[in-house]
Amino acid sequence: MPRSLSIDQVMVEERAGAFAKRSIKTSAKLSGLKMAISMMDLTTLEGKDTPGKVAFVCRKAMQPMDPRYEVPPCAAVCVYPNLVRAAKRFLGNSGVKVASVATAFPTGLMPLKLKLQEVRSAARDGADEIDMVIDRGQFLAGNHNRVFDEIAATKEACGAAHLKVILETGELQTYDNVRIASELAMRAGADFIKTSTGKVSPAATMPVTLVMLEAIRDYFYETGIRIGMKPAGGIKTAKQSLAYLVMLKETLGDDWLTPDLFRFGASTLANDVLMQIAKVVDGNYQSGDYFSLP
Amino acid sequence: MPRKKSRSDLVVLSRNAPALHERVALPVSERHLNFGDRWGYAPAPEAHEYIKLQKRYPLFIGGKFVAPKSGKYFDSINPATEEKLAEIAEANARDVDLAVKSARKAYKNVWSKMPGRERGKFLFRIARLIQEKARELAVLETMDGGKTIKESRDIDLPLVAAHFFYYAGWADKLDYAFPGRTARPIGVAGQIIPWNFPLLMAAWKLAPALAAGNTCVLKPAETTSITAMHLAEIFQQAELPDGVVNIVTGAGETGKALVDHSDVDKIAFTGSTSVGKILTQAVAGTRKKLTLELGGKAANIIFEDAPIDQAVEGIISGIYFNQGHVCCAGSRLLVQEGVFPHVIRKLRDRIATLRVGNPLDKNTDIGAINSRMQLDKICELVDSGLKQGAELVQSNARLPAKGYWYPPSFFTGVTASHRIAQEEIFGPVLSVMTFRTPEEAIERANNTPYGLSAGVWTDKGSKIFKIVNKLRAGVVWANTYNKFDPTSPFGGYKESGFGREGGRHGLLPYVTLE
Repeated sequence: MPRSLSIDQVMVEERAGAFAKRSIKTSAKLSGLKMAISMMDLTTLEGKDTPGKVAFVCRKAMQPMDPRYEVPPCAAVCVYPNLVRAAKRFLGNSGVKVASVATAFPTGLMPLKLKLQEVRSAARDGADEIDMVIDRGQFLAGNHNRVFDEIAATKEACGAAHLKVILETGELQTYDNVRIASELAMRAGADFIKTSTGKVSPAATMPVTLVMLEAIRDYFYETGIRIGMKPAGGIKTAKQSLAYLVMLKETLGDDWLTPDLFRFGASTLANDVLMQIAKVVDGNYQSGDYFSLP
Repeated sequence: MPRKKSRSDLVVLSRNAPALHERVALPVSERHLNFGDRWGYAPAPEAHEYIKLQKRYPLFIGGKFVAPKSGKYFDSINPATEEKLAEIAEANARDVDLAVKSARKAYKNVWSKMPGRERGKFLFRIARLIQEKARELAVLETMDGGKTIKESRDIDLPLVAAHFFYYAGWADKLDYAFPGRTARPIGVAGQIIPWNFPLLMAAWKLAPALAAGNTCVLKPAETTSITAMHLAEIFQQAELPDGVVNIVTGAGETGKALVDHSDVDKIAFTGSTSVGKILTQAVAGTRKKLTLELGGKAANIIFEDAPIDQAVEGIISGIYFNQGHVCCAGSRLLVQEGVFPHVIRKLRDRIATLRVGNPLDKNTDIGAINSRMQLDKICELVDSGLKQGAELVQSNARLPAKGYWYPPSFFTGVTASHRIAQEEIFGPVLSVMTFRTPEEAIERANNTPYGLSAGVWTDKGSKIFKIVNKLRAGVVWANTYNKFDPTSPFGGYKESGFGREGGRHGLLPYVTLE
C-alpha cells in the first residue's frame, strides 16, 4: 500500500496540543497516575552514579510510596552498564526490570564492534532491557542502511534482553526525520522506540511522541506486531504524564495501556505523580519533604 | 540500602510486574485497535450552577429591554436535555417596526455623526467585556445550542472577541481601507443569523456594520436567542448609545417583517440556500443592499502524497466540528484511490475515539444536535444514502437517552449521483468518494451548485497553488480545515451566496464608496 511518510508540522502540533486539553479528574486521575508509576523507568544516568545511588533508585522503584496508597512498583530502573549488577542485586526478584543504556550512550559515536561488546556485557550482567542510541551522524548523512544494520546487529547482541531504540529526536529535528527513523528502528527489530537520551534539549515532546505513536500504529496495521513507546526526558509533572497517557489511549487504544508497551523515562517525574496521588487520596497537598528522593 | 527483611511487602506489590511482550505478529483478523474502557475518563462537567437564566427574555429595542407588542413568547429548549431553559419574546411586525425606527433615530442623531475614533472606543469596550464574560457566555452558548463547551470556550468566544477587536481597529481607519475613496455608512442594517454559531455570527454581522457607522436590527435564530440577549446586556454595560443595536427575537415571520420593512437599507443573511432565494426575491426591486452567506457541500481533497495522519485530523475537524452544523464543513471527502483503504481504516479508528454526550463535559467532542427538526433532517438524508446503496460506518458511541444526538458517521461507496453527495446534511455525516487524477479531483470538487469552501491535502506546495486556483470556492484551506480569523474574508461562490465577511472585504457590504 503506497503511503506518504511526510508529517505536517502545524497539524501534528495542533493535534498533540488537543490531548493536553482533556480534563482528567477524580477516579480517572487516580488510576491514570498509578498507571504512570507502573510505566516508569526510574532513571539515574549521571557520571557520578555509584552503587549507593542506585540502591536509592531501586528501593524507590520497588516501593514508590507507603503501601496504604496501593501504588504499583515502577516498571524498571535505568542505569549505565557498570551499574547493572548492582541494580540487579538490589532489585532481586521484585519483578522490577533492569534497563541499561548501551552503545556508547549518549552519542553512539564508537565503532560498532565496541558498541556490541558493551551490549553483550550489559546483557550478561543481567540487564533485562537495553536502551541503545542510533548513530545520528550516520542518519543525518543519509546512511539509513548503516543505521538499520547497526540496530539489527544490536538486537542480535541483546539475546533475550529487550531492545529500546533511542532516536534522539532533538538532534533529528524534523518530524519527517523522526518518522523515518521510527520506521527504520521498528523494521530492524526494536521492541520499543524511545525519543531521547535526556542529554539533549529538547527531549521528549508531545508532537514528537505522537509522530512515533502513529508510526507504531501504521507498523501494527501492516505487520500485526505491537511495538512499545518510551518518551524520555523533559516530562516532569503529573499533569504532563496524564496528557501522554491520553495521547496513547486515543492513538493506539487500550492494548497499549500497559508497561509492556509504554514507558516513561524520567528521573524527577515520580515524586510529582506521587504527590498528586496523595492529594487525590488524602484531599490535601503534602510538603515535598514527605516524599523520599530516589 | 534496603534491608532484606523489608522485602515482604514488596512481593505483594510486584505481582503486577510487567511481563515483557515479544515481537509477535498477530494474524490479519486480529490487527485492530481497541478503543474501550480500560482507562475511562471520569465526568468533567463545566460549572454552570452560577449561570443566571431569566425566565423570560424580552426584546432589546432603543437600549432597553421591552416586552413584545405581540404579547407572545416561545420556549427555548436545551437540546442536550430537552428541558425548557427560558421563554423568548416573539417579535411581530409592530415590534420590528419599533426596532427599525429606533435604529434609524440612533443612526441619524448619534452614530453616523460620531467620529470613527469614538465608535472604535465603544467596539473595543464591547470586545473587552466579552473577554471578561467569556466563560459565562460559553456556558450559555453550550446550554442553549448543544455545542460542546470545548468549542464554545476555545473557538467561539475567542473569535467573537477577536472580531470586535479587529473591526474596532478599522473604525477610525476607513479612509485607508479604500484609498482615494470616501466610505460612508449605508444606514440601518437588518441582520438575520443562524443557530450554528449564535454569538459568532452576531459578531460577524454587528462588528463591521458598527465600525462603518451603521446601526443594526439583529434577528437571532429562534432556537438560539439567549446569548444574543446577554450580548445586549454587554451593550448596555458598554454604554453603547441607545438604538445603535436592536435585537428582535422570533422565527421566520419576524425575519420576514425585518426584510420587508421599507426603512431598512441593507439585509445581511446567513442561513440556508432555500431561504436565501426567498430573500433575494423579497428585496428584488427595492433599494436594499443584500449579502448572503448560504449553504455548502465542500470538497475536502486528500492526495496520495498528503501527510495522511494529519489529513485524517483535517477530515475530523472538517466534518465533526460543531456536530457538522457548519456551512463550510468538509462534507464531501475526495480521496485519491491509492490511499483510500489506508485513509478509511484510520478514519474508522479515529471516529471510535470521539466522545459524544453532555456538551458541558469538558471532554466531549460531539455535542447535541441543535433541534429535533435538524435531527430529523439528518436521519432522512442518511436513510436516503442507505436506500441508494451507500455503506454507512458509524461509531458505536453510547448516546444519552434524552436529548437530540447523532453519532459520528461516514458513508463509503458514494457516487456523485447520490443525494448525500449533493445535498447539505448539516450534521456529523461525511460522504466519501474517490478520484484518480488531479484533473478529476478538480472536476468532482466543482461539481456542485455550492461553492463556499474546500480543502486540499498534499505535501507539494506547487500542487496546492495549482489546485486552489481551479476550485470554485470562496475559502480554500490547504493542509488544514475550518480555520477562522477576523482578518480573513469568508464567503461563497454560486449558490453559497455573495459578499464577504471578515477582513477589509467585510467592510464593503456596509459602506457606499464615493
